[in-house]
Amino acid sequence: MNALLEMRSITKEFPGVKALDSVNLAVKQGEIHALVGENGAGKSTLMKVLSGVYAAGSYEGEIHYDGALAEFSGISDSEARGIIIIHQELALVPLLSIAENLFLGNEYAVGGIVDWRETNRRTEDLLRKVGLSEPPSALVDALGVGKQQLVEIAKALSKEVRLLILDEPTAALSESDSQALLDLMLELKEQGVTQIIISHKLNEVRRVADTVTVIRDGTSVSIMEAEKGEITEDRIVRDMVGRDMADRYPRRARRAGETLMEVKGWNVWHPQHSERQMIDDVNLTVRAGEVVGIAGLMGAGRTELAMSIFGQSYGRNISGSVEMKGAPVDVSSVSKAIKAGLAYVTEDRKSLGLVLDETIQRNITLANLPEVSRNMVLNEARETQVAEDYRSALNIRTPSVFQKVMNLSGGNQQKVVLSKWLFAQPEVLILDEPTRGIDVGAKFEIYGIINDLSAQGKGVVMISSEMPELLGMCDRIYVMNEGSFVGELSAEDASQERIMSLIVTE
Amino acid sequence: MELAEGTAEAPKKLGIKEYLVRHMREYGLLFALIAIMAFFQIVTNGTLLKPVNVTNLLLQNSYIIIMALGMLIVIVSGNIDLSVGSVMGFVGALAAVMIVEWELSTGVTMVTCLVAGGLIGAAQGYWIAYWKIPSFIVTLAGMLVFRGLSLWLLEGQSLGPFPREFQMISNGFVPDIFPSWLSSALADLLNVKRVNVLSLSTGLVAAGLITWMGMKSRAQNRAYGMEVEPSAFFYARIGITSLALIFIFYKLSTFRGLPNVLLTMGVLTLIYAFFTERTVTGRRIYALGGNEKAAKLSGIKTERLTFLAFANMGVLAAAAGMVFAARLNSATPKAGFALELDVIAAVFIGGASMSGGVGKIVGAVVGAFLMGVLNNGMSILGIGIDYQQVIKGLVLLAAVIFDVYNKSKQA
Repeated sequence: MNALLEMRSITKEFPGVKALDSVNLAVKQGEIHALVGENGAGKSTLMKVLSGVYAAGSYEGEIHYDGALAEFSGISDSEARGIIIIHQELALVPLLSIAENLFLGNEYAVGGIVDWRETNRRTEDLLRKVGLSEPPSALVDALGVGKQQLVEIAKALSKEVRLLILDEPTAALSESDSQALLDLMLELKEQGVTQIIISHKLNEVRRVADTVTVIRDGTSVSIMEAEKGEITEDRIVRDMVGRDMADRYPRRARRAGETLMEVKGWNVWHPQHSERQMIDDVNLTVRAGEVVGIAGLMGAGRTELAMSIFGQSYGRNISGSVEMKGAPVDVSSVSKAIKAGLAYVTEDRKSLGLVLDETIQRNITLANLPEVSRNMVLNEARETQVAEDYRSALNIRTPSVFQKVMNLSGGNQQKVVLSKWLFAQPEVLILDEPTRGIDVGAKFEIYGIINDLSAQGKGVVMISSEMPELLGMCDRIYVMNEGSFVGELSAEDASQERIMSLIVTE
Repeated sequence: MELAEGTAEAPKKLGIKEYLVRHMREYGLLFALIAIMAFFQIVTNGTLLKPVNVTNLLLQNSYIIIMALGMLIVIVSGNIDLSVGSVMGFVGALAAVMIVEWELSTGVTMVTCLVAGGLIGAAQGYWIAYWKIPSFIVTLAGMLVFRGLSLWLLEGQSLGPFPREFQMISNGFVPDIFPSWLSSALADLLNVKRVNVLSLSTGLVAAGLITWMGMKSRAQNRAYGMEVEPSAFFYARIGITSLALIFIFYKLSTFRGLPNVLLTMGVLTLIYAFFTERTVTGRRIYALGGNEKAAKLSGIKTERLTFLAFANMGVLAAAAGMVFAARLNSATPKAGFALELDVIAAVFIGGASMSGGVGKIVGAVVGAFLMGVLNNGMSILGIGIDYQQVIKGLVLLAAVIFDVYNKSKQA
């Protein structure tokens, strides 16, 4: 057994969080190694340690690569040794040609002058290797996502790759493109290229992987080998989610009342690629006092669903109907959606939720300024009063409501966004990843706020990638995958295994 | 669990030094204006603040200040308008054609011109707001188009003169409503040739109002636990501003009194300051410039606001165009040439941010005055136009560098 790469008890800490806790990863020469785990389990962090994004010395543990201790201080270091990562978001320049992209930063030139003939010849060779027949002069922009992915791989091959790391390579690909990519991976393996694939799609993992390492909560929990017949989807799912659910969620009396909101036959198409359907015939109901979860992986279409309902803030050619308390409502613009009693708390509070350069007070009143004004003239005394009320109700920790929100911590910023939407007096709140990037204490407080809302008879839709959070908080969970609801589970029936298996077996 | 910090705390008392550092920008601008005025007053041997020159200074800068009000809103909304100089010239030309060639009345002309300006602004705003075409490009195109159209309207010639009525927009003075015996009594008392009582009393009332409003809002802020200025600073600032106002109005009163334009400018400044700071729409424009996506997701009709910002800019550019034409008593194809740069510079010197969401009306007006005093002072000294440009450019650069430096120090 000949290991190309061995990462030994890697521990990486960020202020306040232990992202990796003595993770081990051993990749054999010439194999395809799958790295699986939930969102936030630490896969990406581990790969950043490997590629030198987190330089040697910023983590504990050792990396042995090709028989020697490796200490990379940056990406260029690891690339020079043949370790190349292809990220989920492709790093191609869309308006340059394939040839220009392949040799970007690595131009084949004599005395600073690019030799285009040689460049094109090499490009053709590389494209043939990945099974592309496009001319080297074709613009990357004109290629589909699947072919762009192949161009990325060709780029890696141009650098004499020895260890190729693919981060969710098929997440954005169609079925046939995915198959082509997996075939290419197997072919590269024949040619002796060692590969690591990070993927959520367990059928794909089973198809190509020789070894699987499962990561959970920042530690490696199990290793399975195909030779020994150990790789089964059941086992992977169990290891991925198998943590005990401590009492991390405040209790709440469950009592679903009358139906508050009903979304019927909701369809949405991609705003730019009009042939791509993002949301496919979704039906969703929320009752008074109910907390409804939407589970799913990144890219399942949860945010797109929420934003398209909230004033058509996402997508085009939207069809379907929204009813509030049994009466159809117009949600074709954000202001109409707010008037209809909806609120949407974004997953991206910094770029979509807050005006960072403004004060807490001004952010809180932003969605409902008429409430603090008379004849369009602001009553700043009243505004301050409102801000102070929310500061104490939600326990926003700040010396004053006149502080700029950019000076607040993530948890307090989230409370400001929540205050803004509470002040808009909605009936139904859609919370998109409400606890992302905030510390445990603030999370608990946010759960408490959600429970208060439910007790007041509001409806809450909660989108989260953290399954334990959904299981701990929700009365009912919709499972979403590739733009449609693939299952609906009551709180009693729901478990991480069931959710995961609904997602991966679709 | 610990209690929320500071809920029960009294408003924080800041040290003078700390306060000064934090509010460097606002005071910096005021100090710079005072320092520059003092400098030119000395090197021009007192010419700068002679009554006739103070009057001139106001008249010369009136159209820049009027446009700076609209430009502040455009820039706060996260855009820019390069066409204002050309639009101003075009509207001046339109006014001249209407009055001189078509012999229409002043009233009809003024209304038509303001509407025309609004339509021009709206036309540009339409592409910017609803088609998301960058304002830089749309208004660059507008700058060329309206420069060309004013040449076409005037057939390359100057057109004038205007009737007296129209000239009054710029060159007229508000008649003194007080009895003349009061005026002569005061003149004797102050040992000057004449005193325009209206002007003097306006200065006193303005100073009084500023003091009263300052005290009121300070008391209110304190009641709500907002950070308040250290009292020494507050009184110094209010004192200096009030004295400066009284001084300027006094100077005016010993010349020809209160220019019509000053009245227009003052009223517009008050309206726009109120609009930006106290109304719902004004607040929404700041949110739009600060984070357009967040504003949109908060139910704010961002497109409509952008559109209105440009339409408003057009109306103000039209007003400025008429003031300018009335002052020169003719419309020329060159009117307003490169003036957009002075207007934009004034707004940035006044502390607005290129990225939007930050800036104040008062800042823009002070910024315009600062540029105006520089222009005027250098002209009196006989400094060539070449050096004048260099100096103005450096002042703009210094102001913005100062901003960026301040911000990086605070972060």
